[in-house]
Amino acid sequence: MRYGNPMSARCSLILAALLACASFSMATPPDASSIILIQNATILTVSHGTLEHGSILIKDGKIAEVGPSIKAPKDAKVIDAAGQFVIPGIIDCHSHIAIEGGVNEGSVSVSSIANIAEVLDPDDIDIYRDLAGGVTTANILHGSANAIGGQTMVIKLRWGQPAAKLPFEGALPGIKFALGENPKRSNFSIPGQPKRYPATRMGVEETIRGAFTEARDYKNSWDAYNKRVAAGEKNLVPPRRDLRLEPLVEVLEGKRYVHAHCYREDEILMLLRVAKEFGFKVRTFQHVLEGYKVADELVAAGVGASTFSDWWAYKVEAYEAIPYNAALMTKRGVLVSVNSDDAEEATHLNQEAEKAIRYGGLTHEEALKLITLNPAIQLGIDKRVGSIDVGKDADLVIYNHDPLSAYAVAQKTIVDGRVLFDRDKDVAERAAVEKEKKELLEKEKKAAEKKPDEKKPETKTPEDKPKPPSDAVKRDSGEEMVSSPDGGAR
Amino acid sequence: MSGKLAYFFAASLFLCAGQRSAARQTVSAFAITHAKIVTLAGSPIEDGTLVIKDGKIAGVGAAVEVPAGAQIIDGKGLQVYPGLFDPVTQMGLSEIGAVSSTVDSSEIGSYNPDVVAATAILPSSEHIPVTRAAGITEVLAVPGSGGFDFSGNRNVIGGQASAFHLAGWTMDEMQIKRNVAMVLNWPQIETRTFDFATFSRKEKPYADAKQEYDKQVNELTDWIERARHYAQAIGHGGPSDFERDVKLEALAPVIRGQLPLLVFADHAREIRNAVEFCDKQKLKMILAGGSEAYKVKELLRSKNISVILRPVLSLPIEEDDPYDRLLTQPAELLQSGVKFAIGSFDNSFARRLGQNAANAVAHGLPYDEALKAVTLYPAQIFGLADQVGTLETGKIANVIVTNGDPLELTTEVKYLFIKGQLTSTDNKHKRLYEKYSNRPKP
Repeated sequence: MRYGNPMSARCSLILAALLACASFSMATPPDASSIILIQNATILTVSHGTLEHGSILIKDGKIAEVGPSIKAPKDAKVIDAAGQFVIPGIIDCHSHIAIEGGVNEGSVSVSSIANIAEVLDPDDIDIYRDLAGGVTTANILHGSANAIGGQTMVIKLRWGQPAAKLPFEGALPGIKFALGENPKRSNFSIPGQPKRYPATRMGVEETIRGAFTEARDYKNSWDAYNKRVAAGEKNLVPPRRDLRLEPLVEVLEGKRYVHAHCYREDEILMLLRVAKEFGFKVRTFQHVLEGYKVADELVAAGVGASTFSDWWAYKVEAYEAIPYNAALMTKRGVLVSVNSDDAEEATHLNQEAEKAIRYGGLTHEEALKLITLNPAIQLGIDKRVGSIDVGKDADLVIYNHDPLSAYAVAQKTIVDGRVLFDRDKDVAERAAVEKEKKELLEKEKKAAEKKPDEKKPETKTPEDKPKPPSDAVKRDSGEEMVSSPDGGAR
Repeated sequence: MSGKLAYFFAASLFLCAGQRSAARQTVSAFAITHAKIVTLAGSPIEDGTLVIKDGKIAGVGAAVEVPAGAQIIDGKGLQVYPGLFDPVTQMGLSEIGAVSSTVDSSEIGSYNPDVVAATAILPSSEHIPVTRAAGITEVLAVPGSGGFDFSGNRNVIGGQASAFHLAGWTMDEMQIKRNVAMVLNWPQIETRTFDFATFSRKEKPYADAKQEYDKQVNELTDWIERARHYAQAIGHGGPSDFERDVKLEALAPVIRGQLPLLVFADHAREIRNAVEFCDKQKLKMILAGGSEAYKVKELLRSKNISVILRPVLSLPIEEDDPYDRLLTQPAELLQSGVKFAIGSFDNSFARRLGQNAANAVAHGLPYDEALKAVTLYPAQIFGLADQVGTLETGKIANVIVTNGDPLELTTEVKYLFIKGQLTSTDNKHKRLYEKYSNRPKP
């Protein structure tokens, strides 16, 4: 029952420890996925139109059948979705959830040695919250402190499973690049630390060029070594391994995707030139708020764009950001997705995609693709997810309303054929969770009173936790960088 | 048709901008006919006429006479609403968040009761046309609401908030009211803080944090006491050697109950303490933020304290709170009889005001109440409901004409009236969109 129950996420250490003893949270997650039949739903397949009063049969975690009327097999769990809408699970192409600690290894300008895979946190409550907003897959990125940042990975929001179960099987890993104000540290400085190279967009280019020059040499030395080994030479000394350069060699070999944080048109073209020079591809430009200015160049380079719906003006490079960006790029032929970069924003990506209808006139289906099939293609996982087709993973969201509406509320989110979020169940469990929490606190209080001589464990009442930003300030990339702690001035 | 009109209007605005504004001929009367009119002061009128004259609403109803010479807007298939009122923004005070030279929202120091938002609001801010294109016609600009100044020092009294229309050539033209509320950031017991010296997060033992908190509250109490004595002194003419103190003088209307305190607090404990403080000091309080207002709803209702809620599209404070805690709060507060409005608490996200209201509807708030939470209720809470907030004869004509529900994301504002003037929905974003839509293929 751990899934669907936010209470069992880590609260304070003490609470968590006590919780572990409580039978309530110990029920095993339903490991065996059952046969599920969703009936009477409006099915927005994304790939082949809308099916009114349709059914979806789920078997072994996959979509087994989609049709106007499917007979319920024996032992099938039937979900009557009359009046409800089903879409493919939402794919968030830019997320920083499920990361333990900071997202930025900001000490160096090339931090490719850092790897998000090593700090996955399956208990991050934001996994559950985003799941409740219909997200089933997320591209977990390193921050944007460095021209070349850390290694990234795609996960499924398998709430309740250990970290080892989160990675999206077979999805190519990625690496974060960052251009512009963040890597050149325009908006802040760290007291006591010297300024770091680069401080200009020129330097950002040279940092990337320098790193790839090294990576190319490194690759050549290994290639030469391997060739000699293959030729039968003995007693060779292999080149010294360089964990910083290895991911870049993977980029050169097309085994790792580049996800490049960027804003301005000039820096977008800069990276395309550098990539061409070294013969690698940029997989996605992230944020890419001025992508609309160079849409044709993005199309020519065959690179995807993953952007915000309507964020602007939080810094100079976002001052020419427009909410028409997604639609304009789409109409020019760019493969576009709309992402969150924020645990809260991810809870309503359906609404953010809807804005591309209002701003730029995308069709309903084009808008829906921005958060489903398009990010799936961008992440190279479209054979598995992104649309409602037979054989694809049963990653689905059921809404009470047309999902492209501010009035739509996700009712159920299904990952690999398992219902990992069920709104009715969540609501029904709240009273019990509240009661359990009170009892645990009471128990702890009593335990503390009994041992007056011992130093009391520091009790963190809920109100002692850090407050959310004082203003509803959105930032890009979990970036401690632009986040002036002054909420008012933001 | 409407697009053309908007374009023509935008063009004429630009032409005028280059000339002396006195040369501009303004139409003084408009009539929107055959539209569905949602007045928020009675039932909607299915096929009605709204007449605007000399900046005011001159008539609204099913059978209202169109005055001679009025410009007629055929509202067939369209809907008419009062413009939205965003009750907490930094509109005009902050242009580009990360660039301090464009930001005038927070003064240095902890106590700045004398600074007034209206002084620093930039009438030509790009945020203003962008925001009004989303149907927001008036806002409250709130200084010093972030809790910190630029050096990271605590901002306790942030300054005075000003209400203004989102159109006009100067602040004098735009201003609705200069002194609307005094911003107070209620101190917090912070066991985790951000340390500016090391640029990292720091843990603080509870006892130390509490001590710090008590010190801040004592300091605040001291300020209020001094302001009270000061107000009494000036009330009595004062002694001959009376020394003026602009800060205490600015607090005098607060002491006299003429100016409400807009108290920013989110946690239940802080809200409770703030209510207790204001009650004891006999100060009029409006709560802003209120993430945990639901925990103290009975107290808020019994003390008749209104709340400006931060966006419902925010994460809950606690990890173990229900995931939709802030989304369901408006419906819960309504049930308990707590008066509330919803604010954007931002600039660039101000246009999400309607979206936030709609999300409250999706989580149980009746539609009319959501609409009022971003129109009439802000006006009532700040004592401006005689001027804006509904479509009633005699009120300032801040009116939007839309092609649908103003809270839904696909709806467009077709016509916009601010102070009775047909106002352009053109803005920086639209212009860039048009410019780059027309970029030739390279």
